[in-house]
Amino acid sequence: MAIAFKKRPGLVIYLTTGDPDLETTRLMAIEAIDAGADVIELGVPFSDPLADGPVIQRASQRAVLRGTRLEDVLRVCREIRAARPQAGLLLFSYLNPVLRMGLEKFAQAARDAGADGVLLTDMIVEEAEEYRRVMRQAGLMPVFLAAPTSPDGRLQAIAEACEGFVYAISRVGITGTQAELAGDAEALVRRLRRFTQLPIALGFGVSTREHVRALGEFADAAVVGSAIVGLIERTPAEQAPRAVGELVQQLCGGAKTA
Amino acid sequence: MDSTAGAMGTIAGAAREALGRFGVYGGRYVPETLMAALLELEAAYAEAQADPAFHAELDGLLKDYCGRPTPLYAAKRLSEMLGGARIYLKREDLLHTGAHKINNALGQALLARRMGKQRIIAETGAGQHGVATATVCALFGMECVVYMGEEDMRRQELNVFRMRLLGAEVRGVGAGSATLKDAINEAMRDWVTNVRSSFYILGSALGAHPYPTMVRDFQRVISRESKRQILEQAGRLPDAVIACVGGGSNAIGAFYEYIPEENVALIGVEAGGRGHGLGEHAARFAQQGGGVPGVLQGTYSYVLQDEAGQIAATHSVSAGLDYASVGPEHAMLHDSGRATYTSATDAEALEATKVLSRTEGIIPALESAHAIAEVIKFAPRLGKEKIVMVNVSGRGDKDMGILTREMDLSGDATGTGKVSAR
Repeated sequence: MAIAFKKRPGLVIYLTTGDPDLETTRLMAIEAIDAGADVIELGVPFSDPLADGPVIQRASQRAVLRGTRLEDVLRVCREIRAARPQAGLLLFSYLNPVLRMGLEKFAQAARDAGADGVLLTDMIVEEAEEYRRVMRQAGLMPVFLAAPTSPDGRLQAIAEACEGFVYAISRVGITGTQAELAGDAEALVRRLRRFTQLPIALGFGVSTREHVRALGEFADAAVVGSAIVGLIERTPAEQAPRAVGELVQQLCGGAKTA
Repeated sequence: MDSTAGAMGTIAGAAREALGRFGVYGGRYVPETLMAALLELEAAYAEAQADPAFHAELDGLLKDYCGRPTPLYAAKRLSEMLGGARIYLKREDLLHTGAHKINNALGQALLARRMGKQRIIAETGAGQHGVATATVCALFGMECVVYMGEEDMRRQELNVFRMRLLGAEVRGVGAGSATLKDAINEAMRDWVTNVRSSFYILGSALGAHPYPTMVRDFQRVISRESKRQILEQAGRLPDAVIACVGGGSNAIGAFYEYIPEENVALIGVEAGGRGHGLGEHAARFAQQGGGVPGVLQGTYSYVLQDEAGQIAATHSVSAGLDYASVGPEHAMLHDSGRATYTSATDAEALEATKVLSRTEGIIPALESAHAIAEVIKFAPRLGKEKIVMVNVSGRGDKDMGILTREMDLSGDATGTGKVSAR
């Protein structure tokens, strides 16, 4: 269990846990891993996902309405870990559900569930001293977001605070699909390289094989979220794991790796 | 205080002032994309604060365009009827656009102009901040987009029309409970997307640093004036200041200059709604009301939430108080005991609207009516030598639609000016 990108570009797949239901999330994660995903981001559904676009907002709302809690996400994480010991598993949440559980209790539970790391959407490096200490004690890797608007000084602090990889946001804005990769993306990755040896994964607006191939020229991995979550929304639950596996295989360029 | 507050408190210790901390509360919890904009805003605001020309222009417009200073009015009939303390009303309802919101909207718009931002985003609950923002955008020739929950658009339809008349684009938000919280989410999404060109005029003392400080500074004029006025009129400071608390901008403005005056009680009034259960009120500080410290929309403060950390639905008859969190400075004043927070129910606010209308000929906004409802309970307990000041944060014109639905006046005796307090 570790966060490692075995090919270039690597692939990170985001799932809103509990949409359409917890068992399907588990099956989809396993399919995605078997189809070539290096890391699964298990999204913790939140009532107020202000960094997310309409697709993930809807998924989050459906999962919240079904009563999906952070404890449930941790349970799914443990099950995926048991089934796929080598996969990278990242918990992806807004801060409030984690605070409500309590930072230390959360860190311990995440560690016990076999998570490799944590990304909190609304946690910035300046506020993260205590959070990083608690993560470190539990042996979890904190991943922070880097934005095209972040000046170099911030990028350096972000790169130094990250473990496992750095999550670079390809463009300003919220999550969602788009036709073309933003021109911001390459410049951001180039700026980040000056501050870190860690792999750099690029997300927000990455939805097709063409995007993945194009960003592979300069980044180490692609993060695909809304394209996957949108597919899940359009697909009956019993067919979703297979559909997700096929999309992941396509994103990887066809070759099934497991 | 629970363990979460303890955990965050350690962070606060590191660099409290620089991160906009009020005790352990406040801070900056936002997606990284917004950080450059928040830092730019913080620097521009500090520079403007130090510039006498900025203050001269703001003060000039507050006086000549908005109508400041607003009166402090001795409410003799209300005081007589209640039979206790002498009541003074700070008349923010007489301000241009009908509420205190323009104090802040004007200040932030001047800052936006100074920063060269031509596109303005705002959220609004009751519509008063939206109207104030649309107004200053018209004044300065700026593009204006206002996000408003669809539920709030329905109950404050007059203000929707006012914003459109002023040239603003009003975008309805149907997500969640379709109220203020959801409008703020959408405004923040717009800001994240258009961060390089747009300025977000946040309407309450909420959100990530520097907003809570900045909004409070722009609303501070309320207590700066009222302190001078009460000394002139009564020769001494009040025994208590009462204000309604949604996000808390009028209250922090009304309280601020009195915080060092230990003999002045500060009383914030939250929306008690229609019950004590989660989802039926917006009383963040109420015991067992479901409000605990957490993070919503960029700041650490009391947040109404369920045990899983999902933000709770809220209810209030007044759209402006219908919000799950509260400004972080109020959270600090609450914990320290410097201010006390109570609540008034929908029914009490409606009754208070009627009482003030018929004793003083002043129709308060439903938000402000919550403060009136508290003074109706509070003043009779005090002797006639005591002085209580109430901030009338806005006027009730905007509420005629909802009042028509909520109130039955057909059986009331009219023309006598007599009312029953309770």
